[in-house]
Amino acid sequence: MTTLDSSKEIKKKESEVSEHNEDFRMFGLITFLIADGMTFAGFFAAYLTYKAVNPLPDGAIYELELPIPTLNTILLLVSSATFHKAGKALLKNKNSDTQKWLIVTALLGITFLICQLFEYFNLPFGLTDNLFASTFYALTGFHGLHVTLGTLMILIISWQTRPKEGRITNQNMFPLEAVELYWHFVDGIWVILFIILYLL
Amino acid sequence: MTISIDSQDPNTNSLQPKGWLRYFSFSLDHKVIGIQYLVCGFLFYLIGGTLASAIRIELASPMSDFMPRDVYNQVLTLHGTIMIFLWIVPVVNGAFGNYLIPFYVGARDMAFPRLNAVAFWLIPPSGLMLVASYFVEGAAQAGWTAYPPLSITTPQSGQIIWIMSVLLLGGSSIFGGINFIATIIKLRRPGLKLMQLPMYCWAMLGTSLLVVLSTPVLAGTLILLSFDIVAHTGFFNPVLGGNVVVYQHLFWFYSHPAVYIMVLPAFGLVSEILPVHSRKPLFGYTTMVFSIMGIVVLGLVVWAHHMFTSGTPPWMRLFFTIATAFIAVPTGIKFFNWVATLWGGKISINSAMLFSCGFIINFVFGGITGVALAQVPFDIHVHDTYFVVAHFHYIVYGGTVFIIFSSIYHWFPKVTGKLMSEKLGILHFAITFIGFNLCFAPQHWLGLNGMPRRVAEYDPQFQFVNQISSVGALLMAISTIPFLVNIFLSIKNGKDSGDNPWNALTPEWLTSSPPPVENWEGEAPLVEEPYGYGKPINQEN
Repeated sequence: MTTLDSSKEIKKKESEVSEHNEDFRMFGLITFLIADGMTFAGFFAAYLTYKAVNPLPDGAIYELELPIPTLNTILLLVSSATFHKAGKALLKNKNSDTQKWLIVTALLGITFLICQLFEYFNLPFGLTDNLFASTFYALTGFHGLHVTLGTLMILIISWQTRPKEGRITNQNMFPLEAVELYWHFVDGIWVILFIILYLL
Repeated sequence: MTISIDSQDPNTNSLQPKGWLRYFSFSLDHKVIGIQYLVCGFLFYLIGGTLASAIRIELASPMSDFMPRDVYNQVLTLHGTIMIFLWIVPVVNGAFGNYLIPFYVGARDMAFPRLNAVAFWLIPPSGLMLVASYFVEGAAQAGWTAYPPLSITTPQSGQIIWIMSVLLLGGSSIFGGINFIATIIKLRRPGLKLMQLPMYCWAMLGTSLLVVLSTPVLAGTLILLSFDIVAHTGFFNPVLGGNVVVYQHLFWFYSHPAVYIMVLPAFGLVSEILPVHSRKPLFGYTTMVFSIMGIVVLGLVVWAHHMFTSGTPPWMRLFFTIATAFIAVPTGIKFFNWVATLWGGKISINSAMLFSCGFIINFVFGGITGVALAQVPFDIHVHDTYFVVAHFHYIVYGGTVFIIFSSIYHWFPKVTGKLMSEKLGILHFAITFIGFNLCFAPQHWLGLNGMPRRVAEYDPQFQFVNQISSVGALLMAISTIPFLVNIFLSIKNGKDSGDNPWNALTPEWLTSSPPPVENWEGEAPLVEEPYGYGKPINQEN
């Protein structure tokens, strides 16, 4: 009798524990994103310090134009909204809608990357031309790497949310939520980057 | 706990090898990973120690006769990098953290066992890369700080391998830090409150916060440095319009917290060891917790005290001097708490206790020179001299490495179920303590008299004191022998320790020694008073 009771007790305790621990994966992801954000913070700090103390040498060209990056900002902000739509659809168990919204998000990400490359090829300066050019490419390139990884992950999870066989369902939403948080993070970084690099 | 682990890793037990082979496998068991970290770190300690011996042999005479000057620079670079990134950081965080934290929070494993294994398995390959970088043409010779322009103008292939290796080690460190934070905050057994955790948990929480906040900045900086070397950009190259001081700021934004990453876990470990061997509760638990968090916050805003001679403006000098001096407050609180823990206790003089007391003595000395170095007028006088070398080694060797040895003596029975020989342990302590102080105490004098560090040659007037220092280094090298003999003899035919040889109350001792795979046969015990010594309920004699 006692063993039965105690095993029941343990079962009960374990369910408590699992409820208690439900969100620790998301917690780990947030910690990782803080770390990732610190990498960007280091780059931004370097850029702002250069801006404050290192004057642009005579004859060096460092000019940025606004149209493409503004378009890119809009693309990423819209893609955040479409990703949110995908999550809402999954909550209502409409997996095919989720898939559609995810693919739209991925396409927006790819368009962002194409625009970014277009901007790179049309800029009047190269990677090693001067300090600001180097910092510009390092910052936007590092961010572009994040967008590339994010787009790949969105394509993977959109495959995994396919109706019937997919492993992501509204019972198992964590992969989708994780990529969504990462994607919002990358968008947020872009907004900061846009303000610091283009507007300041 | 079991549910979360089982749902992630259904094959944890069936696929893992048993016996000693599991230490060479991609094991997910936090205890195995802890031992992997410890043994791997110790092997690198032997390599780094050999390099240190080479440095002291060279410095026994004023001329560079033992090795050429550039080889000397390469050796000291490799010595510093190995000791910091492959011995102290992985062992004092990874080894003891992985072994102890799940016990302390009442979990069966870390929050992310697979990430944990990845974090460990990044270390051996990047360590081998680091050692290999010495043998390519143009080995790194810019010191562990890799300051440009030296690091981008000296031959570069070794420097690039060095950067890759440090990046991987930084990644490993960040993964470990994420894991520790998630485990301590989210994986606590129900009913266990934060303020009931053993002090090492708090130390690891603070350390991991520093790792997560500052290591990425080092990664970014090293990426920019590698761009300077490979793509000839000019981030840190003054010739191309870059700014070397920006590198120093970014580097020290990581590397000053790195000092706390190396020493905070040691604070935690000594706070575990002292109460057990003096049979008294840890004095001032709450103040200890707030001191750790205070050190974390202050540790992030003092980095520029390494750069007082780098043309820092006066306001910056003022701010960083004051902030640095403030760190003496929480550190001093911890020191007095340890002494108060010992005060009136029933002290057992064993190897673990001796090394812990050695730590307290060395650390207070290193702390005092640290406060002295924070003062701008003094710092400018002794900057880049042997005074800094002495201060740093008093903190990192006299502090952290003493605690690593103390912890090995303390937790050896837990891991193996065998006792270590106390005679050999005390011999080990005596030689280490004498050798260490003989090696580094005279270096204060050398520094005050102006002997620069990182140079193979020096003024002949310093020869005698340097030779004393080299004799100390020889003793330190010899001290490893009784330790290794002790380890091997104790594993082979040590006395059975029983489950709890020290009658300790912290949770890791409330299971069998060595512990079963999932830490407890039944439910994890709820330890509300990990330091409840000296109370009648324990029935101590």
